[in-house]
Amino acid sequence: MSAVFPACGSAVHAEWTKLRTLASTWWLLLAAVALTIAVGAAVGAAFQCQRFACAPAQTGADPAKISLAGVYLGQVIVALLAVLAVGGEYATGMIRVTLTAMPRRLILLAAKAAVVLGWALAAGVAAVLGSVLAGRLILPGRGLSAANGYALLSLGSGPDLRAACGSVLYLALIALLAFGIATAVRDAAVAIGVVLGLLYLFPIVAAVIPDHVLARHLEQIAPMNAGLYIQATVGVKSLPLTPWQGLGVLAAWAFGALALGALVLRFRDA
Amino acid sequence: MTTMTPYRSGMTGARDGFAQLLHAEWTKFRTVRGWLITLLVAVLAMVGFALLSAAGTTSSCAQIGSGGASPTRTGAACMPSFPLGPGGEPVSDSFYFVHQPLAGDGSITARVTSLTGRVQPPNGSQGPGQGDTQPGVMPWGKAGVMIKENLTQGSAYAALMVTGAHGVRMQWNYTGDTPGLGGTVKAADPRWLRLTRSGDVITGYDSADGTHWTQVGSVTLAGLPRVAQAGLFGASPDQNNVTQNFGGTSQNGGGPTQATGVFDHVTLTGGSAAGPWAGRYIGAADASGIGSYHQAGGQFTVTGSGDIAPIAEGHGGPADAALTIHDYLLGTFAGLIALAVIAAMFMTAEYRRNLLRVTLAASPRRGRVLAAKAIVIGAVSFVTGLVGAAIAVGIGTAVTHSRGYWEFPISGPVEARVIIGTGLLTAVTAVLALAIGAMVRRSAAAVAIVVVTIVLPYFLAAVAILPLGAADWLLRITPAAGFAVQGAYPQYPQVTAIYSALSGYYPLSSLAGFAVLCAWTAAALAGAAYLLRRRDA
Repeated sequence: MSAVFPACGSAVHAEWTKLRTLASTWWLLLAAVALTIAVGAAVGAAFQCQRFACAPAQTGADPAKISLAGVYLGQVIVALLAVLAVGGEYATGMIRVTLTAMPRRLILLAAKAAVVLGWALAAGVAAVLGSVLAGRLILPGRGLSAANGYALLSLGSGPDLRAACGSVLYLALIALLAFGIATAVRDAAVAIGVVLGLLYLFPIVAAVIPDHVLARHLEQIAPMNAGLYIQATVGVKSLPLTPWQGLGVLAAWAFGALALGALVLRFRDA
Repeated sequence: MTTMTPYRSGMTGARDGFAQLLHAEWTKFRTVRGWLITLLVAVLAMVGFALLSAAGTTSSCAQIGSGGASPTRTGAACMPSFPLGPGGEPVSDSFYFVHQPLAGDGSITARVTSLTGRVQPPNGSQGPGQGDTQPGVMPWGKAGVMIKENLTQGSAYAALMVTGAHGVRMQWNYTGDTPGLGGTVKAADPRWLRLTRSGDVITGYDSADGTHWTQVGSVTLAGLPRVAQAGLFGASPDQNNVTQNFGGTSQNGGGPTQATGVFDHVTLTGGSAAGPWAGRYIGAADASGIGSYHQAGGQFTVTGSGDIAPIAEGHGGPADAALTIHDYLLGTFAGLIALAVIAAMFMTAEYRRNLLRVTLAASPRRGRVLAAKAIVIGAVSFVTGLVGAAIAVGIGTAVTHSRGYWEFPISGPVEARVIIGTGLLTAVTAVLALAIGAMVRRSAAAVAIVVVTIVLPYFLAAVAILPLGAADWLLRITPAAGFAVQGAYPQYPQVTAIYSALSGYYPLSSLAGFAVLCAWTAAALAGAAYLLRRRDA
């Protein structure tokens, strides 16, 4: 046991060195933060008070959800970094060197996952803080103002804080999901295809199919739909799951993918 | 002295024609087993999603809404069905008609002095049919004169009418609509309406004073019988209080509305004996239609609910629960992602394995290598998309019919256009992925870019529900415009509905949308050709 923890520390350090010395890591971090904030700001700027949308008691536009809409795009960059962290090693054959240096595969996996997770959390915090700030600046000008009964978006209010922290956790779990799938399929392109398919196909299918009952079930198990319930601050009671249950569904997907990746890594030749 | 003759190979030089290049690229593609399996996965995904749509539907009456059926019945028993118009399209044909026979050629003239009505409260919480209505006129509430083939729903007609917010219109056979005089009708500013029949041809005239007439339109109603019905009508479409917000739509009440037109100077000329007028609600099998007329002297007051118009397939509309070709083709998204993955790898795998140097040594003209790869992956993706779409639509239709569900009618040529269009969509998207792969040289990044530019705009516009204007622009300028090839149903300006990409309505026509996708792909190919030539492999 005593040998495990030092090994863990040096494994994390090694993985961190590998990740931070790639230029793409920092470009992707910048892209994830910038694109998330930009899309959130654009969606906020495009918001219109249609008909009764600006009366919160009636239908309720959701300022938190609008501000954090950039997560729809930001998650792609986060997933991309996670799959590249694994896929890159398989593509270049580096994985054999890594495994020679660090034969305990599960510790290696945990170290890699920890580094990717840390990166995703950092990206998520910056992106979400920027989005909330942009929302505070933009939304009052688009009709979601105190005059219409909308409080300014604030991390001091419980639901807004839940939406913001939840979005950071959401991005972190997406990174783990993508990381697990990439470890299982060992190819970055296939992995990103699978991850984005999982994320986007469920909500599109749920929205198009005419059967509302089936659609609701699909939304409950869809990683993106369920995971993003955490962003809801209006109409929370009418959601198919509570926000934290929804994030739990995504966590189940992420840890399921990690477990699959661990199995493949442990029992298959690299 | 012997002379050494230099050795000359007896073999002729290897051909490096474009056909050989194509053959070489095709060989590279077909010998990678994983890629062939991915093609199969793409087809299976398209078929699987069609099955999910068609077989997974168990709509209950409650979800269908104002279908008028009992909410306890479920499934096929309460699927709505609509009469079909002369053009074969499903139509709504419910209105109040004050009529009498018109034999042979003739005309009907009337002056409209007022159009009033009752509408649903804007944000009431009542369910359909229970709300207390308030005074008001729907934008497409209408009253006017009509000549109609007979009194059954879906029969041919031509009508000239005043509307709540769209002035005088001449409408015929449900889909036809042309404007006349503008403005709203008032007692001080009445509208004179006249329809004349001559054989199969019905001509509409309007006038503000009864002496100066302007022709609004002239239409041919093929096969109009000698004795048709002529008269006055009133109709007002149901109200749907749907609010679109980021994150979803919400419905607040809504229900039937009414329009009341006041007519005088009603004259009917022609071959019929001027018989008595008869009032009748057309198309109210369940007695839910509202309508009445009142005659006092020369003045007629006609009130009606319902609409005379084509049905729009839209979420929130009456045909909500119908299955459409768009539902069957849901798997296109899955197919696109799978094809984008192999198309990007078709290019980037050469970089990764350093095979590109061999390829370029064998065929040094780099642009031609790119062209050959684009043609091979495009052709393969076209066949995959076409086969997937054809099977998906075939199986979806068969399952829907066997379960007794209602399918939104679609004509054969349109169905063929949508299926071929889906093949073209997958083909051009694959070429786009290939070109992006050649530019960024990383397959994962290329796949992410393709998904972000094609699937994400559709998702944001249709599923996450951006405001309508922003959503339309996303589907106009991004490569996602290409999904317009799957647009199967026309949008009717005279029908208020949620024309959303979710129901298969796109802001661009099929051709224009496809052209936008092609333009992006051409730009990406040009960029790829430039970079391929300029950079070391």
